Amino acid sequence: MLLLHCPHCGARPEIEFRCGGEAHISRPEHPEAYDDAAWASFLYFRSNPKGGHAERWLHAHGCGRWFNALRDTVSDAFVASYPMGTPRPEGGA
Amino acid sequence: MPHFSLSSLLFEAFNAHKGWGLQWRKPEPKRAYDVVVVGGGGHGLGTAYYLARKHGITNVAVIEKGWIGGGNSGRNTTIIRSNYLYDESAAIYEHALKMWGGLAQELQYNVMYSPRGVMMLAHTQHDMQIFMRHIYANRLNGIDNEWLTAEEARAFCPGLDISPGARYPVLGAALQRRGGTARHDAVVWGYARAADALGVDIIENCEVTGFIRQSGGAIAGVETTRGPIRARRVGVAAAGHTSVVMARAGLRMPLESFPLQALVSEPVKPVVPCVVMSNAVHAYLSQSDKGELVIGAGTDQYISYSQQGGLHVTSHTLEAICELFPQFRRMKMMRSWGGIVDVTPDRSPIIDRTSVEGLYVNCGWGTGGFKATPGAADLFAHMLATGARHPISAPFTLERFRTGRLIDEAAAAAVAH
Repeated sequence: MLLLHCPHCGARPEIEFRCGGEAHISRPEHPEAYDDAAWASFLYFRSNPKGGHAERWLHAHGCGRWFNALRDTVSDAFVASYPMGTPRPEGGA
Repeated sequence: MPHFSLSSLLFEAFNAHKGWGLQWRKPEPKRAYDVVVVGGGGHGLGTAYYLARKHGITNVAVIEKGWIGGGNSGRNTTIIRSNYLYDESAAIYEHALKMWGGLAQELQYNVMYSPRGVMMLAHTQHDMQIFMRHIYANRLNGIDNEWLTAEEARAFCPGLDISPGARYPVLGAALQRRGGTARHDAVVWGYARAADALGVDIIENCEVTGFIRQSGGAIAGVETTRGPIRARRVGVAAAGHTSVVMARAGLRMPLESFPLQALVSEPVKPVVPCVVMSNAVHAYLSQSDKGELVIGAGTDQYISYSQQGGLHVTSHTLEAICELFPQFRRMKMMRSWGGIVDVTPDRSPIIDRTSVEGLYVNCGWGTGGFKATPGAADLFAHMLATGARHPISAPFTLERFRTGRLIDEAAAAAVAH
C-alpha cells in the first residue's frame, strides 16, 4: 500500500485516497473549436509513462481535497506532492 | 525440433529423457526480416506462428526483451471464456474459444485446455437481471451460457456457501460450460516451438529501443539492444508496455497500465472443479492441476510498471473468497505477484494499423488477454500479412476513440476490474 503525502493532512495510507489519473490535462477553453481528434486526445489518450508521472489524487476519506503528486511508476515512490494549479515540479525522470 | 510420437516418448523414456534438446533455437538476429513482431508473449508468438502457417510468411522475427513466458504469459490466471455481452466482443472472444479446442493438436503440444466451466456468481437482484441479459445475448450469438439456481451452483461447485445468512448471498449463477482454463506456460512454449519449426526466429533478451524510419516516415525496422533489425512491417504486441514502445515511434496511445495481482495457495487435493468468478466482490478462483488454488484479484488504482501491487487489493479478494468458501479460511497462500495490464477507456482491445505506415498494434486486452491468445494472434497475423482488418477485428480500431464508436464492455459485461 502506498503512503501518500497530502499537502493538507500529511502522510496517510493509500486507502484514504482515490487516484484521478494523469494530471495537467485541462478542459478545453473553447470546446466548440475542438474537432473529434482533439476531443479524443483530451478524453482518452494518455502518456502512460514508465518513470515520472504527474497524477491527481483525492483525499476522499480525509480533507476531501484534490492535489497533484509526482510518482515514479517503476518504483512507485512519490517524488513530490503539490497543489493543483501549480506547475509540475522538477525530478522524477 | 523433436517430433513427439509414441515411439519418441518410449525411446526417451529409456534414454533418461536426455535427447529432447531445445524446443526452439536461440538464433542471432538477421539484418532484415519481412515482419518483426515486438513482444514474445502468447499473442506475439502466436502471431508469428499464424503468419508462417496460414500466410506463408516465414521470414519473421519475434523480439522479446526478457525470456519466453516471463511476462504476462506467466502471470495470468489462465481463465478462458467468451460470454461477453456485445456482438463485437462476443465474436472476437468466441473466435478464440473455438481455436482453443484444437490448439494442442495443431501445435503438437499439450496446452492442457480444460473446458471445466466458468461460473459467475450473482449476489443481488441486479446481478441476476444483468446475467439474464448476458445469457440471452450470448445465446443469440450462438454462445453457450446458462442460468443455475443457487442449489444447482453448489451442486456444480461443492463447497460454495449458499446459505441465506452468508455475507455474500448466492442467488444463482451464470455458467459457460465451454469456458475453463489452459496451461499458460505450455501455450507460449507450444507457439514458440511450432513457430520456430516453421522458420521464425525467436530473439530473447533483446529490447526494442527505437524505430528505423524511411525518409517518408514509414517503418523500416527497429533499433534493439542487439543492433538494428530492418523489417517491412512491425507488429507490436507488448501488452502492458505498449505505451512505452509506441512512444519510441512518437505515438500516444489510449492506454493506461495498471498492476493486476494474482496469488496461489498451497497445493491440496481436487476441491474446486470449475472456475468461480464473482465480479461483485472481485474474486476469481480456480484450481490448477498441481492442486494450488489460483486466485485473481483486482487492479490497483494507479498506473505502474512495478509488477507488484498493494496488499489491501489481494486481502480484499481473499476476504471475499473466505466468505464464499468458508473451508478455505485456514488455507496458506504461497506466492503472489503482479502483472502489468494495458487498459483502454472502453475495456476492449485494439487490433489495428497506426498513423505510422508499416506499424501495427495489438494491445488493450487489459485484464483478459490470455483467453484471447489464439484468436488475437490469428487476427493480428491477418492484419500484418494483408495490411487489412479482418471482419472480426474490424470494430477494434484506434479510430473508435475519435468517432465515438466505443465497445463499452466495462460496465456491461462481466469484465474483471
